[in-house]
Amino acid sequence: MKRIVILGGGTGGTMMANRLRRLYDEDEAAITVVDKDDRHVYQPGLLFVPFGLASVDEIVRPRRQQLRSGIDLHVSEIDHVALTEDRVHLVDGSTLPYDVLIVATGVTLRPEETEGLTGPGWRERMFTFYDVPGAEQLARVLDAFDGGRLVVNLIDMPIKCPVAPLEFAFLADWYFAERGIRDRVELTYVTPLDGAFTKPIASERLAGLLAEKGVELVTEFAVGEADGEGGRLVSWDEREVPFDLLVTVPLHEGAPYVGRSEGLGDELAFVPTEPHTLQSLARPNVFALGDATNVPISKAGSVTHFEGEALTENVRRFLAGDELEGSYDGHANCFIETGFGKALLIDFNYETEPLPGRFPNAVGPLPLLKESRLNHLGKLMFQWLYWHALLPGRDIPGISPSMEMSGKERQLEHVSEGGKRRWP
Amino acid sequence: MAMTEVAGADVEVDAEGFLVYPEDWNRVLAEEIARENGIPELTPRHWQVVEFMRERYLETGTAPSIRSLGKESGVPIKELYQLFPKGPAKLAAKIGGIPKPRGCI
Repeated sequence: MKRIVILGGGTGGTMMANRLRRLYDEDEAAITVVDKDDRHVYQPGLLFVPFGLASVDEIVRPRRQQLRSGIDLHVSEIDHVALTEDRVHLVDGSTLPYDVLIVATGVTLRPEETEGLTGPGWRERMFTFYDVPGAEQLARVLDAFDGGRLVVNLIDMPIKCPVAPLEFAFLADWYFAERGIRDRVELTYVTPLDGAFTKPIASERLAGLLAEKGVELVTEFAVGEADGEGGRLVSWDEREVPFDLLVTVPLHEGAPYVGRSEGLGDELAFVPTEPHTLQSLARPNVFALGDATNVPISKAGSVTHFEGEALTENVRRFLAGDELEGSYDGHANCFIETGFGKALLIDFNYETEPLPGRFPNAVGPLPLLKESRLNHLGKLMFQWLYWHALLPGRDIPGISPSMEMSGKERQLEHVSEGGKRRWP
Repeated sequence: MAMTEVAGADVEVDAEGFLVYPEDWNRVLAEEIARENGIPELTPRHWQVVEFMRERYLETGTAPSIRSLGKESGVPIKELYQLFPKGPAKLAAKIGGIPKPRGCI
């Protein structure tokens, strides 16, 4: 009887537990999922709560209900993983020995890592929509906001769903227009990146959208201090952006127990992970997926979903004593809500940046990197797919785990040449 | 550093001036890149960061982020911005002769 322990009952942990439960009979493998509570949040829904487009009841369900029968959910905080003993020590005093460990505990928000952010004004005029209380508070605060400077910001990468703060800015533009007070709200998007986004083609298109919607873009602004009393963000290089209301995405780190588990995480408590096999670099019997890893791709539910097939295959191979052959290509796919009932879609992987074209293939029906109503409907439909296909660990019909080039327009003009310099 | 053997040769750089091959690097080249990017002289504090960056990259294949530098290089973030104006991680990587830190989406 093999023992599989999965840390985290979110998107990745739930999906892996269900996939592995289908793969192994109950007398072949015992599967235990550990999480600190029994509340599974549909995280993409948090974006909609501040604008009154979703309520918290609609996006939270019991974790247990998402797990197939024959999977044990153990509710406790995790103290640490003892890699040399192949055991997880839980805060409730129990220990869980494992043959395979899967780390799927995502990220933890660390607002206190930014000077001043959790000081005066935190959750009064400085908010985040990246957790349930913050999204709920923002719904009340936006409702009462009747004009002034609203700054949308991310402190630093990596963050979950890197397009979400942009979506917040787009939806804020729509929201205040609907309320008839758009002309009284000054919207500013403040980012540490050198553009609206990380990859050149998408960055250019998204910067264009911000400009169209009258959102000022401030780039290369690395926040050193958030001053809630004075209403200003101060960068490390001493520039300032004033605000009446700040909506920020705090710094992210891996789960705190990762930092307490010798040899498991890096200095930010992310788990160093081989990007294709998803095996941790710490130990061959430890795997990781989703936001918890350090693989160089977005922290997003779609990434976690696309990792599922390769990881299931590799866990099976590892337990059978075979070479790992499952290979994840970095496929990611995100809808970007742009307000007024429209959305953009991007699709990319480790090698290919988001390109224009059509998805899932040349005949569409969804346009890539272009606003459309169909993409917005896709985003809404995704919530259903999340509970009914993604968490159960099923493929989404017509969408392959690896990225397809068919439908994408190659952009040759962006290939820039390097050069030579003289050796001194 | 086997500088004389290759003296007079060309080294390859990418469109933004980052060395394509980290093994082409030497300390004289670092000083030169620093000057071109507005740092007239590399002080021991600069070197502490540049060397940390380079060692970490050669060890792990990834350049550390600003937050990792702040936690582990022994130079606090505020000072990193004074030493390497605008983007410390990017500029220290360039001076250290390693590829531009990959901006993850």
